[in-house]
Amino acid sequence: MRIGVLALQGAFIEHIKMLRALGVEAVEVRLPADLEGLDGLIIPGGESTTIGKLAVMYGLMEPLRQFAAQKPLWGTCAGMIFMAKEIGNGSAGRDQPLLGIMDVEVERNAFGRQVDSFEAGLDVSVFANGDGEPFPAVFIRAPRLVAAKGEAWVIAKLADGTAVAAQQGKWLVTSFHPELTDDLRFHKYFLSLVAEEK
Amino acid sequence: MSNNGNSNGQSEVGSIKVKRGLAQMLKGGVIMDVVTPEQAIIAEEAGAVAVMALERVPADIRQDGGVARMSDPGMIKEIIQSVSIPVMAKARIGHFVEAQILEAIGVDYVDESEVLTPADEAYHINKHPFKIPFVCGCRNLGEALRRIGEGAAMIRTKGEAGTGDVVEAVRHARTVLGDIRRLQAMPDEELMTYAKEIGAPYALVAETKALGRLPVVNFAAGGIATPADAALMMQIGVDGVFVGSGIFKSGDPVKRAKAIVMATTHFNNPQILAEVSENLGEPMVGINVSSLPESEQLAVRGW
Repeated sequence: MRIGVLALQGAFIEHIKMLRALGVEAVEVRLPADLEGLDGLIIPGGESTTIGKLAVMYGLMEPLRQFAAQKPLWGTCAGMIFMAKEIGNGSAGRDQPLLGIMDVEVERNAFGRQVDSFEAGLDVSVFANGDGEPFPAVFIRAPRLVAAKGEAWVIAKLADGTAVAAQQGKWLVTSFHPELTDDLRFHKYFLSLVAEEK
Repeated sequence: MSNNGNSNGQSEVGSIKVKRGLAQMLKGGVIMDVVTPEQAIIAEEAGAVAVMALERVPADIRQDGGVARMSDPGMIKEIIQSVSIPVMAKARIGHFVEAQILEAIGVDYVDESEVLTPADEAYHINKHPFKIPFVCGCRNLGEALRRIGEGAAMIRTKGEAGTGDVVEAVRHARTVLGDIRRLQAMPDEELMTYAKEIGAPYALVAETKALGRLPVVNFAAGGIATPADAALMMQIGVDGVFVGSGIFKSGDPVKRAKAIVMATTHFNNPQILAEVSENLGEPMVGINVSSLPESEQLAVRGW
């Protein structure tokens, strides 16, 4: 199994380390040609405006959309914003390039500024038999899911009901950062989606 | 240190993980000095991962002389409202009240910076009690680990701000990274004496050895003026770059800002570096650091 991590900017090395810890071949993706031969792609946390602009500058938008049509994609935080079809208010009105593939609406910086960034335990519905500990979720200037539409469905919520993770077929989005923890469950779950598609 | 300021049940704000985590999200990116909302928007449009809001860029602070202080909070707030990316601002070394003010107005990161005139010649700010994270400058591993010991969640090598001369940025990055490489080769029985020699907390020395890198994100700063400078620092091994005077003191800030962003992402791709380095117009007028007397060097501030 060969998984790419979009490496334009952000926490891509953290994802690569976790994938390698799971025995998977992980590669950095900076240009369209890097997508060749990958079984899945992770779009890491970072600054979504920056990632979007860099993707446009190097002609990655269409290749990424074509890749997503065939293969599993997982966006964490900035990656979730980038994959969404809609960004709600609270986002600065200027143009922000989006892949716009997943039927979710997100709100950027939905919990406030850095001073409001937080950690919280989460129950994740798709983890097998609901066993074990809550997932240690790290929210950094995080977005939230305003709505999951069509075939997209919410897979994790905060205690107050705010939706923070969703799935649509082979696509996954989380508004928090599993790559900043040493909990491998989300990465394993994504790899299980990749295995199903292969 | 951590209290429950959030409405989501058992959540924790201001933890070390979320403070350090924001810096992890900035990696591979460029943080640009801006003095107006218009410049902040140009920086965001160019792909900056964050902006540093200040009244004067280091080149002007250097030229004007006098006491350099925290910027007007009203001006910082205008910049905060004008962009969606994180906004940083500088407090003087040791001036914890300036830091409290910056926290109160919602700045995302405080730079306890030698570019401003130090407020305390013995002590830096105790950064642990703050809910917002701090970035601090360093010239070597001991200085980096002292700052992390005080609670810094991000480090930048100092370089020599406001000069457009990359030589000090290179010196400081090579010193920190070289110190870590030597540390990794040391047997454990030498660590305590090494910690004593470099004036760093033992636990952080041991942690750095185990990680093979600083426990926090490490950017380069001070003198970066071209896309090639940015890529040079990335290849030397830092996690990202700060560009101060280099962009808005140049002939074509929009183009240069974009070029430096692309050079930082594609730092290992000489073909792209060549493309983005073309026709950038006049770079900032530089000051050769070796011509600066020590009394005019900013990097020596910090204890």
